[in-house]
Amino acid sequence: MLEIRGICKSFGGVRASRDVTLTVPEGHITSLIGPNGSGKTTLFAQITGFLKPDAGSVHFLGEDITGMAPEAIARRGMVRTFQIVQPFTGQTVRENIAVGAHLHRASRADALARAEEVAHRVGLGDRLDLDAASLTVAGRKRLEVARALATDPKLILFDEVLAGLNPSEIRDVIPVIRDIRQSGITIFMIEHVMQAVMSLSEYSWVLNQGEVIAEGTPAEIVTDEKVIEAYLGKGMAKRIAERQGIHA
Amino acid sequence: MPDLAIIVPSLLNGLTTGALYALIALGLTLIYGVLHIINFAHGALLMVGLYAVWFLNTRLGIDPYVALLIVPPAMFVLGYGLQRGIIGRASHGRDENILLVTLGLSIVIENLALYFFRSDTRIVDTPYSFETVEFLGAFLPLPKVIAFFGALISAAALWLVMSKTDLGRAIRAIARERKGAQLVGINADHVYAMSFGLGIACLGVAACLLLPSYYVTPSVGHGFVLIAFTIVVLGGMGSFVGALIGGLIIGVVEALGGLFLGESLGQIGIFVIFILVLMFRPQGLLGHKV
Amino acid sequence: MRQLVILAVVFAFIAAAPAIITSEFTQNVIIMVLYAALLGQAWNILGGYGGQFSFGHAAYFGTGAYTVAVLQVQLGVNPWIGLVIGALFSMAVAAFIGFATFRYGLRGSYFALVTLAFAEVLRILSNSVGFTGAGVGILIPLAPGAANMQFETKTGFFFLIWVLTLSSFLVVWWIGHSRFGASLAAVRDNEDAARALGVNAFRVKMGAIMLSGLFSGLAGIFYAQYFLYLDPYIAYGPAISVESLLVPIIGGMGTLFGPLLGAAALHVVSEATRELIGDVPGISLALYGALLVVMVMFMPRGLAGLLARLGVRRRAASGEMPRA
Repeated sequence: MLEIRGICKSFGGVRASRDVTLTVPEGHITSLIGPNGSGKTTLFAQITGFLKPDAGSVHFLGEDITGMAPEAIARRGMVRTFQIVQPFTGQTVRENIAVGAHLHRASRADALARAEEVAHRVGLGDRLDLDAASLTVAGRKRLEVARALATDPKLILFDEVLAGLNPSEIRDVIPVIRDIRQSGITIFMIEHVMQAVMSLSEYSWVLNQGEVIAEGTPAEIVTDEKVIEAYLGKGMAKRIAERQGIHA
Repeated sequence: MPDLAIIVPSLLNGLTTGALYALIALGLTLIYGVLHIINFAHGALLMVGLYAVWFLNTRLGIDPYVALLIVPPAMFVLGYGLQRGIIGRASHGRDENILLVTLGLSIVIENLALYFFRSDTRIVDTPYSFETVEFLGAFLPLPKVIAFFGALISAAALWLVMSKTDLGRAIRAIARERKGAQLVGINADHVYAMSFGLGIACLGVAACLLLPSYYVTPSVGHGFVLIAFTIVVLGGMGSFVGALIGGLIIGVVEALGGLFLGESLGQIGIFVIFILVLMFRPQGLLGHKV
Repeated sequence: MRQLVILAVVFAFIAAAPAIITSEFTQNVIIMVLYAALLGQAWNILGGYGGQFSFGHAAYFGTGAYTVAVLQVQLGVNPWIGLVIGALFSMAVAAFIGFATFRYGLRGSYFALVTLAFAEVLRILSNSVGFTGAGVGILIPLAPGAANMQFETKTGFFFLIWVLTLSSFLVVWWIGHSRFGASLAAVRDNEDAARALGVNAFRVKMGAIMLSGLFSGLAGIFYAQYFLYLDPYIAYGPAISVESLLVPIIGGMGTLFGPLLGAAALHVVSEATRELIGDVPGISLALYGALLVVMVMFMPRGLAGLLARLGVRRRAASGEMPRA
């Protein structure tokens, strides 16, 4: 569904993406993980048109969308959420979601109706007329999801929708994400909460210093030597293996 | 094509005017660099300075150059008070609000001047008003030559304040890292107001240097405000050297534009430069791409 | 729907004014309030709903005014035709300025300053070319008659400005209830988030600046026909740009009725000062400036915001729950 080939991007001397090639298959939840500063959000920005890659290409549904504007990409059915939530403050929850709903609905009434429906789906049904600014962090994260969902996308890119939530809030949101997948929308997510990655995603790509260092099912990833080293530092994989050896 | 005998004096005239523009722009760029706000009342405050110099001269007989001891400190106090009392409280997190508030201030100041001084053009009469200096075959008015060197010396003095004094260090610290500077005990509101005061004091100096070869009316600031913005943008927002060079360039462009296109159309050159620079190189001619 | 009803009632009420009020002075005040409301509503579309603060709305106002005047004086074109052409020209100037600024991503204070610079360029140009009458200005010859848009009574001008102003309010009502308006507000509140949801921010801002320029131009056309004289300072000077933004800022930016409230309040203030102090140059404008400072500092939501808050409090007091 989504194919990224040889994406490179650098800022001054810093190379944020180094020849990144990966694919996201239709109908699944794919995750993108990696330590802080590994270039995950930068990659998302390049996929969704907010940044232009220096080299490489992005194909969505077989079409080359490299360098297209974000709104053009959204119209083709791929939307993103933001890691740092970006509500339209001063507008109500309903109005916020309606902006997304308007993408394929010209009528105001239709968009507002759709906004209400989506709000119920993500658990914001009781806060429709509140100012978006008055929502809690968890509420704002749900709003990000709702707005994206309201555009009737084929593929959603979630940028750390679970970050900053407490364990019980995470437990509440995970079924929402699963429900989105169930409704036929493909999901590509950046996530730090490993619990969520393990329980939600079927396939993972691991980024470190702008490079893909591993891929596989979450179960394979967590035992991958390179991944452990990227997260915990050199030599850790060996020590963990030794310790597990002792306990075994 | 006019010959060299016309172009050279015009060029030198442009440079002397440009140095004053640079001084005015230095005040603006200092305020922008530290507070990240655009002071729309800059022209109106220059006008206040000019009236102060005129008033001291005609009522108390104080020479404009002696007024350098009085007007800039007074302008500093005015600037400090404006920032602390009004401008600093108005943003509500949007920089456009500062622009609106300083626009409002400039309207108030200008119309109060109109009320008190009426729209008559005022000049000062000094013994040296019509003396000239010969340079490269051109005769330059003495006050403009003094203004040129005065502006350069003031710019150097401002640079010294910024780089060598504790105040300058505090200003630079807070411009770069507000939170951090506050953590080490710098009083942000005070430093902001000091910076604003310094920027306005530059206008006081410019007023003293300018009036002997110029005039004052309530709307005299209009002409300067967009020019100062143009210089600041051209030199890169917040850049000192940029403002100096930008000022000289604009002075020359204006003089040559006036020569080739006529007084009225010549001004367009400045606005066109302003628009083009903002569109294509908002980081300024000397700045680096962010 | 409720807003549309209020709008109909308010404008019907205003329409009855000339039948009741026969004093030319008062009729003139009402005309000038409607004219200021039109000017303010034009700015409100781009500034209030779109969040793009223009300091140079005189560019559109002056273009409309000069177009209708120059066409009459130089080419003998009827002002009713001139109205259509002038409105289109104003829109074209807005499209040009919008393209030049939005294409290059100018926002916030930079946008404000560049729009001001454009207006100044037009002022200098109109001061330098011959067909506008340059610095001397342009005088539209007296030719009374509705066919020449020079009504013999104030009532005729009243209904002209009534129609123009009402049309601007209807468009703004539509903005508040349409996809275009929702997109515009989204761009105002967070451009990146709006684009991520498929909003073409550039196109939306272009739409807003063109509508804004259109109504500003219509205000200029009305001005030219009402006063029959223009010069570069009147048409393209900063006074019009300031009045354009002052009206909605006082009344309440991004609200339908804000410009009407602001226009009325501004006239009450300026008439009151004239009564109290007399016609002293500077004082009423100084007061405008002070109002601008005070509103931005203490009442950023304007009079409309104040009314809304009072309304909420009253409803809360009567035991009714406020909506949101």
